[in-house]
Amino acid sequence: MTLSMENLQTRRVDPNQPLLEVDDLVMHYKIKAGDVSAVDNVSFTIHQGEAVGLVGESGCGKTSAALSLLRLLPANAEYISGQIRLNGDDLLQLTEEEMRERRWKDIAMVFQGAMNSWNPVYRVGEQIREVLDTHYRGEMTIEEQDRHIEALFRAVGLPPEMAARYPHEFSGGMRQRAVIAMALACSPDLIIADEPTTALDVIVQDQILRELKRIQAEMGMSILYISHDIAVIAEVTDSLGVMYAGKLVEYGPTSEVFSRPRHPYAYLLLRSTPSITGPRRKLAPLEGEPPDLLNPPTGCRFHPRCPFATEKCVVEEPPLEEIFEGHRVACWNYEEVPELERELVR
Amino acid sequence: MATKETTHLDETIPEEAEAAATFEELLAGRDVATEPLWRIRLRLFRRSFAKNWGLFTESKMGIVGLIIIAVFGLMAIAHPILMSTVWDPVIYDPVSGYDAVFTEFTIVEDDALVDETSEIGITDARFELNPTVDVGDTVRIPAQPAPPTLGGEEGRAHFLGTDPQGRDIFSQLLYGARAAFLLGFVAAFTTVFIATTVGSIAAYYGGKLDGFLMRTADLILLMPLLPLLIVLSAVVQINMIMLGIMIGVLGGFGGDAIILKSQALSIKVKSYIDAARVAGGGDGHIIFRHIIPNVVPLSLLYMMFGVTTAIALEATLSFLGLLNIQMSWGIMINTASTQGYLLSGTSYWWLLFPAGLAVSFLAFGFFVVGRGMDEVINPRLRAR
Amino acid sequence: MTAPVQVKTKPLVEVTDLKKLFPISRGMFRAPNEFVHAVDGINFAIAPGESLGLVGESGCGKSTTGRMLVKLLEPTEGHIQFSDGEYQRDVANVSRSEIKEFRSRVQMIFQDPYESMNPRRTVFDTVAEPLAVQKVGTIPEREERVLDLLGLVGLTPPEIFLFRYPHELSGGQRQRVAVARALVMNPRFVVADEPTSMLDVSIRISIMELMTALAERLGVSYLYITHDLAVARYMCDRIAVMYLGKIVEIGPTEEILANPRHPYTRALLSAVPVPDPTFHRTPVEIKGGISKAINPAPECRFIERCPFAAEVCRENPHPEMFEVGEQHYAACYRINEI
Repeated sequence: MTLSMENLQTRRVDPNQPLLEVDDLVMHYKIKAGDVSAVDNVSFTIHQGEAVGLVGESGCGKTSAALSLLRLLPANAEYISGQIRLNGDDLLQLTEEEMRERRWKDIAMVFQGAMNSWNPVYRVGEQIREVLDTHYRGEMTIEEQDRHIEALFRAVGLPPEMAARYPHEFSGGMRQRAVIAMALACSPDLIIADEPTTALDVIVQDQILRELKRIQAEMGMSILYISHDIAVIAEVTDSLGVMYAGKLVEYGPTSEVFSRPRHPYAYLLLRSTPSITGPRRKLAPLEGEPPDLLNPPTGCRFHPRCPFATEKCVVEEPPLEEIFEGHRVACWNYEEVPELERELVR
Repeated sequence: MATKETTHLDETIPEEAEAAATFEELLAGRDVATEPLWRIRLRLFRRSFAKNWGLFTESKMGIVGLIIIAVFGLMAIAHPILMSTVWDPVIYDPVSGYDAVFTEFTIVEDDALVDETSEIGITDARFELNPTVDVGDTVRIPAQPAPPTLGGEEGRAHFLGTDPQGRDIFSQLLYGARAAFLLGFVAAFTTVFIATTVGSIAAYYGGKLDGFLMRTADLILLMPLLPLLIVLSAVVQINMIMLGIMIGVLGGFGGDAIILKSQALSIKVKSYIDAARVAGGGDGHIIFRHIIPNVVPLSLLYMMFGVTTAIALEATLSFLGLLNIQMSWGIMINTASTQGYLLSGTSYWWLLFPAGLAVSFLAFGFFVVGRGMDEVINPRLRAR
Repeated sequence: MTAPVQVKTKPLVEVTDLKKLFPISRGMFRAPNEFVHAVDGINFAIAPGESLGLVGESGCGKSTTGRMLVKLLEPTEGHIQFSDGEYQRDVANVSRSEIKEFRSRVQMIFQDPYESMNPRRTVFDTVAEPLAVQKVGTIPEREERVLDLLGLVGLTPPEIFLFRYPHELSGGQRQRVAVARALVMNPRFVVADEPTSMLDVSIRISIMELMTALAERLGVSYLYITHDLAVARYMCDRIAVMYLGKIVEIGPTEEILANPRHPYTRALLSAVPVPDPTFHRTPVEIKGGISKAINPAPECRFIERCPFAAEVCRENPHPEMFEVGEQHYAACYRINEI
């Protein structure tokens, strides 16, 4: 018996201990027309008990990056280089069998379409039991499983008797709670939440996010949030990475990045989010279209749309450099970005 | 009225003059505004055709199918040309032609039969030829069905031999290709026309009309096609075009209408339909401009499968002798069958195989072209 | 029309007691006795040039309202008085023959840029469609008008977009085409149903700015339907909050955001995430989830979930709108106690 009610609740957390380290990850999709550079030289670290967010527009590679971590990529994806170390073990070196073993136990995933996560013909509880069966074969009795499922449902704020219901009997918010319960089933170290609340109404979204935050704190888990919704990321994460065209262009503590965004793209993205609080600022539109990742632009991938682009940006790719404690930016001209503020306030 | 409306529109855009100026500039050397609309549309059509053709050629099977269809097409075209140039209708007409090489046989007593190529036993001779013949007589027996000959001193070329009535099989085969195309296209066009109309109307109007049309479709779908055609053929004389229309109506109003209705339904809920309605478009505008153009590609696919069905059905009905047609591949097999050659194995192969293979290959050709088109129409099937 | 001509103060659209009930079908031969009260007696007015935001959760009836205003749905009851210069009509009950005339004055922008253009028609066909069905202008005139509009919505140079197909455009470009189509007839009133909710953040802002700029320039009024209060803040002069078929609060945008009076509006506002990590929201707890208004009870629609529900709410029918400020109304008996 490796799983008990107790370790659902407790975990010793050392916020300085890295849990997941992604090093120079490069991943391509092979298509007929060539290689799509979906994730390019992405490096970041998730510490124990930390909530990290990846934001960016659709097609920027944030979901590909998340799926890379789980090795759940489509067949035409290819890891070119890099390491993904979870508690020190490189996930890319594991066999498929070993990886499958880790998927629920160490890393779990909450997908965006909650309805698609469930098989409509089985009771929700039974589907969670299946996960337990796979990962704790012979280690749990039926009664232990029942108790565990009950505890999971309580943990996500669902009445335990709902476990005997079918997915269609759940409302959207309840279904998403049940998905979270399933992700918690094996008490993973890390949950990857890809747009966990995108399809939900704002009140339900708020409830789910608060629930996730509470569970994370109580269980000492780490969460990687993937979202295009900057307001959501601002509220739930400790650290934040901004992705553009397969690249991580800025990374740092959330409050730091929000108060001092230094990459022009990150700056425009954060400043183009309407808010119901504060003065009614002028929003900054971002001109142009994201690049075609089959032939990404030379140098800095943002240079065709960047108001600060110089000769150097066209030729040379900026490294992701630390400009402040824990705050890294990939831009040659990051010092000029505050100029934008003046222009927008005008 | 029209011009008044436009000026009213223009008034409210203050930048009109400015926009027009830049417009002039931009148009220098461009042809968008001066070129008539139809020519632009033609060019757009050609471009999208080229793109779809590119997608189609990615499927090898589709190309194989097209080649098969092209070969049969050439055969169908070749027949009338050959008939009016090199082939003598008296000999080569697929229905009324006749040609046979005669051999002299001497009638001998049954037990004295030595050389089967020049002698024939008296019992066989009386039984098969003429009860009045006697031993010692000589008879001229035509070789029919005759095996393939390439021509020469003794007779004329019959590349695939002759049938039991002395008619040229090759000529029949070419003629049959014509018949098959005629039938296939009549059936396919009828299918597409009926299926598209019924499907679109049922989907668009919904309600009672939809209910009526779909229950009718269910009824037709439930009716077994072959027995129905057998019964019909007993009542009316069915010719090729009638058969095509019948297959088209039954196929088109049945399964295909239901499939195209579901396609039309998925289009009906798209917001561009609402946009067209808000713009003031009536039912006709929406059905003809929005729904049907989006249903037609799928219906063309079913058209290809429709041809396959029609060709196979015709062969079956002709084989059973139920059609009032003079010559087709089905009739060729029927002739071989009624004259007792069906079970003769491979010794009379030219009676069965050319027609049988032609039916199979042409049906196969249309089917795989349909599959190739499927890949163009359904992006999901495309190999990435 | 009997009303005296008061062009200055007369609203462009005035909705009174608008209702839409959808019967719940129980088989072919039984008359339906249950109805979803999708929109249940709402009132509002939109002045010329003004934009009103209709905000609420999914299923609250905001889209149904928008679709009734452009006559994609027939209202079950109520009036939609439309006053545009000489055109004065209650369009709730306009006849089929008159509808085309009304259609030249209103337009709609839809949510999904990938579904709002017919994939087999070019940008020109799409934008010129209202002109074509209303038989306005010759083909070269239409072409010119479409080119002007494409320029206006920022698709420049317009010539290169004129004969493109939707699949050759990005999501943002498609939505610009949708805006162009909505404005091609020079309408007075446009219903925009979540026009930016499916777009990426940065594109969303440019479409919002485009819509605001064009509305000012062309004097268009919007009914802007959205679930996102932050977006409504940037797009709308006034906001109406809907809950289960009823408008529960209506008022000037900043007033509603700063001083919400209805408990539901409060809950909704408190749930909106804020793009500022230093900001801490105080959540307003409400019970349960949104249901469907199937044959609803006469009392306040929000009573089941309301943390402030009291005797007065249970004993009286659904509250009418009480004035709580300048142009600010809320439908709650306990506005003064909360």
